[in-house]
Amino acid sequence: MTTLRPRAVGTPLERLDGPAKVTGTARYAFEHPVEDPLYVHPVQAAVARGRITGVDTEAAAACPGVAAVLTHRDAPRLEETGDEELAVLQSGRIAFRGQLVGAVVAADAETARHAASLVRIAYEDERPDVELRADRDDLYAPETVNPFFATDTGEGDVDAAMERAPVTVDVTYTTPMEHNNPMEPHTTVAVWQPDSPVRLLLYASTQGVHTVRTALAPLFGLEADQVRVISPHVGGGFGSKGMPHAHDVLAALCARAVPGRPVKLALTRQQMFTLAGHRTPTIQHLRLGCGTDGRITAISHDVVEHTARIKEFAEQTATGTRMMYSAANRRTSHRLAALDVPVPSWMRAPGECPGLFALECAMDELAAACGLDPIELRVRNDPPQDPETGRPWSGRKLVECLSEGARRFGWDRRAAAPGARREGRELVGLGVASATYPYYASQGSEALVRHEGAGRWTVRIGAADIGTGTWTTLTQIAADALDAAPDDVTLHIGDTALPPATVAGGSSGLASWGSTVVAAVRAFREQHGDDPPPGAESRAGTPENPDQKKYALHSFGAHFAEVRVDADTGEIRVPRMLGVFSAGRIVNPRTARSQFIGGMTMGLSMALHEHTVLDPRTGQVVNDDLADYHIAAHADVCDLDAVWLDEEDPHSNPMGTRGIGEIGIVGSPSAVVNAVFNATGVRVRDLPATPDKLLEGLDALRA
Amino acid sequence: MEHRITLRVDGTERAVTVDSRTTLLDALRERLGVTSPKKGCDHGQCGACTVLLEGRRQLSCLTFAVAHDGDQVVTAEGLGEVRGDGGLHPVQQAFIEQDGFQCGYCTPGQVCSAVGMLDEAEAGHPSHVTRDLAPPGAPDSPAPLDDGEIRERMSGNLCRCGAYVNIVAALRETATASRGAS
Ligand code: FES
Ligand code: FES
Repeated sequence: MTTLRPRAVGTPLERLDGPAKVTGTARYAFEHPVEDPLYVHPVQAAVARGRITGVDTEAAAACPGVAAVLTHRDAPRLEETGDEELAVLQSGRIAFRGQLVGAVVAADAETARHAASLVRIAYEDERPDVELRADRDDLYAPETVNPFFATDTGEGDVDAAMERAPVTVDVTYTTPMEHNNPMEPHTTVAVWQPDSPVRLLLYASTQGVHTVRTALAPLFGLEADQVRVISPHVGGGFGSKGMPHAHDVLAALCARAVPGRPVKLALTRQQMFTLAGHRTPTIQHLRLGCGTDGRITAISHDVVEHTARIKEFAEQTATGTRMMYSAANRRTSHRLAALDVPVPSWMRAPGECPGLFALECAMDELAAACGLDPIELRVRNDPPQDPETGRPWSGRKLVECLSEGARRFGWDRRAAAPGARREGRELVGLGVASATYPYYASQGSEALVRHEGAGRWTVRIGAADIGTGTWTTLTQIAADALDAAPDDVTLHIGDTALPPATVAGGSSGLASWGSTVVAAVRAFREQHGDDPPPGAESRAGTPENPDQKKYALHSFGAHFAEVRVDADTGEIRVPRMLGVFSAGRIVNPRTARSQFIGGMTMGLSMALHEHTVLDPRTGQVVNDDLADYHIAAHADVCDLDAVWLDEEDPHSNPMGTRGIGEIGIVGSPSAVVNAVFNATGVRVRDLPATPDKLLEGLDALRA
Repeated sequence: MEHRITLRVDGTERAVTVDSRTTLLDALRERLGVTSPKKGCDHGQCGACTVLLEGRRQLSCLTFAVAHDGDQVVTAEGLGEVRGDGGLHPVQQAFIEQDGFQCGYCTPGQVCSAVGMLDEAEAGHPSHVTRDLAPPGAPDSPAPLDDGEIRERMSGNLCRCGAYVNIVAALRETATASRGAS
């Protein structure tokens, strides 16, 4: 499978888009120069459940500079696609607070915003239902969980095995609603061009230009090639730009209302909390049973989470538990409550991230319960093949990651007894947790390779760089495939005018696009040989990988954290974090390390800060900005590092890679919370681990 | 209400008509086409819009353009221009070497903030974590710039990609180089 001979691959090439990024000249969606634009400001529902009974747009329309006011009464009709999130302004029904109910298009942003505040909407509303509880009587089992996994699995008899097990853990963890909050807000510039073959032109902030086109074209009754989406640089997404959201449709609707004029729409930070997806809150019941030797006999992981009434998103929270450790008796389940909440979606490592938080904390509890070192417990339960499918691993090096990390981090300095190490006012603890992320690669991309003459090449594919480094790493892969230097290869990405590419999601981007580029180069050599004329070109699609059905392909990692807890205030500081990863071949050590530490930083943020609060009375996000929704800042992140094993996956793709965008966040929150236990003896089972959750335990420790 | 003002942006005199509600950030981005400063929150909460205003770092979303008639604004795009060589500022070069960014959206703000921060430290401004404030009689001696100081002083600039450790490495490198040279 691994056929690419690495030369540029594996070297720490500086980002090719570096100079443009550090000067701010790389163009994000809102920044493409367009002629004489108008500005859109959305109007959002002020109730969470009900219907619109009256609309008064007179004052808004009368503002000088207003070009159009849209509500469900007069917005252009969209084709039915069954996707209610995207059926924008098509009815007066309200399914969550903040849903789009109108828009103002005006000559400048200030006027649009002011006029939007003058739109009067009357509602008939009911008290919304936004509270997730495990004892709700309306929980249901979705048909599958994201993206295509079985909702429930079972093997053996967990209850009986738990009954017999001498050591057990039976606990419930919760994780809160969380928001992706990429620094670049979701923005779309749209132009409706009645006289052009490209009827709808969009500059969108997206993880996949073709994904946006595929979703939007049918809504507007257009063929795919009548829509063009451009997105060369994206200011982060973390899943929230993986699929188009309602604002993309709104921008296009507004553009259609003013044909020929570009319209610019940027969600405000506040609007992003209801219109750009989020991570569902989870309630996770974990049961583990083992013998006195620490060998696990029973695992069950039962998850309750929410989805929106208008669109189902079922996060695959328990899927990591299915393959992580050996046990003869196993069970997982997912149940959903459909609530009057905004539409949840992908947020960095959907499933594995919240799921392994619970599993890896429960493993820490189990280790304490049977008096084993938490690393040793994991080693004893490392399965020889995938316990779920029985397939051989393409490479499971969790134990290597754990021992390498233990050595580097100084794990032997951890006091086995919690609360034992005090330095001045601070209680010090170390924690560990495992990480895993599945290998995904998508079919459906195509790449075009062209010889420009004199040893220069261009490679075209509609891929995305959302900060992941695609501009650089895909150039490195193309260079090696072509046996050329990266300098001789010009890459074009981020435009539907290029050959189609799959979405930058599931850490699958580089694997999917890279193998497609390698296939296109192979096709080129077959067609044009080693001495091609200038202008020669070839195109190929993503090759099939038969090994993907024969092997269990997953990445693994081990996280280590040191925490210092103020014994009086409960403030938690994290002076050190280390991640050790096994993720196949690393294409670019410089950019790869950034992805790992970026994921770990987000994991630290999840452990200590992140928590979206919904007002149960109104369904309103209470903390809908960056002052109230805390994310890790410079001062929170100290000595944090990531390293990896030197390897290649023989079964993944020609490069031997496995994808690295998400595994950094998986398990890192557990390492922090397990370290808090080691420091204080307090188990925090509901994230985030804020000081108030420690105070009682700290009092007990003092007593 | 519309106002005609003049800004000196990245070394060039620019006349622009603004609404009294237009922030400095929107004046730059939407009226002058200077999109180097980014809008991450529009509320002074993220730092993406940081520019150097009259030589000091400023959140351009938190101030109205109309209040800055005649002022000098430097963005990350103009840092090299203003230094005279048109190349990258040492801070920018260090960001590239240390990979102090991923998506790059917070980056121009981080860069401008860093340039302003290094000047503040050089001028002896203490931060929240500075232990020894300058002794009386020596108010202008440079403030210490260890990692903790850098982190504290840069905490107004959020990075969701989580490039913090690399940004700190970049600034450690720049600070050491410039202090070593002086
Ligand atoms: S945009 Fe100015 S601080 Fe966020
Ligand atoms: S580089 Fe993406 S937010 Fe900082």
